[in-house]
Amino acid sequence: MTVIKASNLTKTYNPDKIPVRALRGVDLAIEKGEFTAIVGPSGSGKTTLLNIIGGLDRPTAGEVEVGGKDISQLSDNQLIDFRKDNIGFVFQSYNLIPVLTAKENVEFVMVLQNRPKAERDKRAESLLTAVGIAEKMDKRPSELSGGQQQRVAVARALASKPAFILADEPTANLDSESTAGLLDMMATMNKEENITFVFSTHDQRVIDRARRVVTLVDGKIVSDERR
Amino acid sequence: MILQLAWRNIWRNKRRTLITISAIAFAVFLASFMRSFQKGIWDSVIDGAVNQFYGYAQVHADGYWDDQTIDNSMELDAQLNALPQSVDLVADVVPRIESFALASSGDLTSGVFVLGIDPVKENAMTQIADKIIAGSYLTPTDEAVVVASGVAKKLGLALNDTIILISQGYHGVNAAGKYPIKGIFEFGIPDLNKRLLLLPIKAAETFYGAEGRATTLILKINDRNDVPMAIAATTQQLPNEKYEVLEWQELMPELVEARLLDEAGGYIIIGILYLLITFAIFGTILMMTKERSYEFGVLTAIGMRRRKLFGVIWLETIIVAMLGAIVGILMSIPIVYYLHINPIPAAAMGADAAEAFEKFGISGDLPTAFDKSTFFIQALIIFLITSLLAIYPWTTIMNLKPIEAMRG
Repeated sequence: MTVIKASNLTKTYNPDKIPVRALRGVDLAIEKGEFTAIVGPSGSGKTTLLNIIGGLDRPTAGEVEVGGKDISQLSDNQLIDFRKDNIGFVFQSYNLIPVLTAKENVEFVMVLQNRPKAERDKRAESLLTAVGIAEKMDKRPSELSGGQQQRVAVARALASKPAFILADEPTANLDSESTAGLLDMMATMNKEENITFVFSTHDQRVIDRARRVVTLVDGKIVSDERR
Repeated sequence: MILQLAWRNIWRNKRRTLITISAIAFAVFLASFMRSFQKGIWDSVIDGAVNQFYGYAQVHADGYWDDQTIDNSMELDAQLNALPQSVDLVADVVPRIESFALASSGDLTSGVFVLGIDPVKENAMTQIADKIIAGSYLTPTDEAVVVASGVAKKLGLALNDTIILISQGYHGVNAAGKYPIKGIFEFGIPDLNKRLLLLPIKAAETFYGAEGRATTLILKINDRNDVPMAIAATTQQLPNEKYEVLEWQELMPELVEARLLDEAGGYIIIGILYLLITFAIFGTILMMTKERSYEFGVLTAIGMRRRKLFGVIWLETIIVAMLGAIVGILMSIPIVYYLHINPIPAAAMGADAAEAFEKFGISGDLPTAFDKSTFFIQALIIFLITSLLAIYPWTTIMNLKPIEAMRG
């Protein structure tokens, strides 16, 4: 089942001044349960592609369908609601809410979804157990290591029961041990729970674990390798 | 969780939050105190004028106040005399005949303001007997007068001297009489002290040929707050076409204007104070908004609607502002209340100020007004300022693009 379908995506920044063409006609389909890495050198358009398929940015031309729905036609508020219910984000800098505990951070998206308290509690605890930091659930981000914060971020991304997880350079700020632990955890979730992960990365350790590697150069897909 | 998030965000920068709260608290304290003090002085001035002379409300024959002649007097009938029984909030009624006469003593003459009074009721309201500086006060059956010290001085009068009064009485009759000076009093309102003369109402009726009549009936109302209700009830009791019932503001418009003018000065000072506070609050809001734009980007990226995000920021600023307002009010209440119960002596403001207050009938003490609305209004002003300043985070958040915000 196709979860994401991008057709002929182009993105041009500063079209009226000095145009920068970040994407030049990208076609990409991601199937349910894939563990995909989008790779390429800096400026190749990885993050732009991730932002557009995540509904954070709009393409200059082309279409993005998520679960069969064309998200490029949605209004700003519809896009916010769409992201909340369908997409889980994991950012390079973790981006947890500093004044909330690990558990509260995981709960937060469910609060936005107006889920009942009992359900939020149960799911947050189970997700934090799944990412291996149940014992740290009452700690605030400043009391956690980078690796632990990124695990909380993964749990938060999963909290809304999204169609897929988008992770932008998730290991960029982690040491080798934390990176290995995080990748093990995500690979297990992918395998056992069939959760779809899409990474943008130039970290070879992530690329080595991916089962599909899409390579972008100058805004175009130059290779799409399934392993 | 939204309230919890707002509350914890407030304390992310404790020092800044405490400085903002302190600044607001200080402004609210100063504004509450200044307003209570100014209001207290003016309440004293009005009470002084009311208790010394005018009363909180007066009943006249319809049209008397616009054309104050004895021909526009009213019959002091049973309905008027029964007002204390028919209107709960009216404790008593005090009748007067107010008119003018030419006064003469020896070679000297002067116009005087003649006040025919019920000596017992008048004294119960104005404590005029306490102001006698020579001789003694009137009794209801006296055929004598007491004069203000200014009149005595102008006409060279001493106790037991005779004063001759000539005037025009009711329906044009000639009014003439001679009366011994029974007493001399010092009146608090300077203008009246130069021309006021009191005689018992019975003697005044005879003098003006106006038996059983009065120009003025003062309604004695014990609590200032009851005045509007007492007037409404009195108006309902009396036929509109026959009588007019006037409140103290209509009786002393110049005092009301003087108060408005003085209070306008106070409002300007308080306005400047709040303008400074507006900048302090805006500084905090500006920093809170600027330094968290990355976080705002993340929150909208993960699915928080902009309106909800703005709600959190608005809640944070309102909580800080209201904490400041509450602290300021809590600081001012005990001081304002203490000075309400233990007024500052006018003498403490300097001899000139004390003399000026005395002229307006303030007995020497300056109590602050302890009025709940004064404190409530300060909190409301702070709430409105903060809500107005929230336009800045509103426009920032509504125009937020998550990608740009997260790029910094």
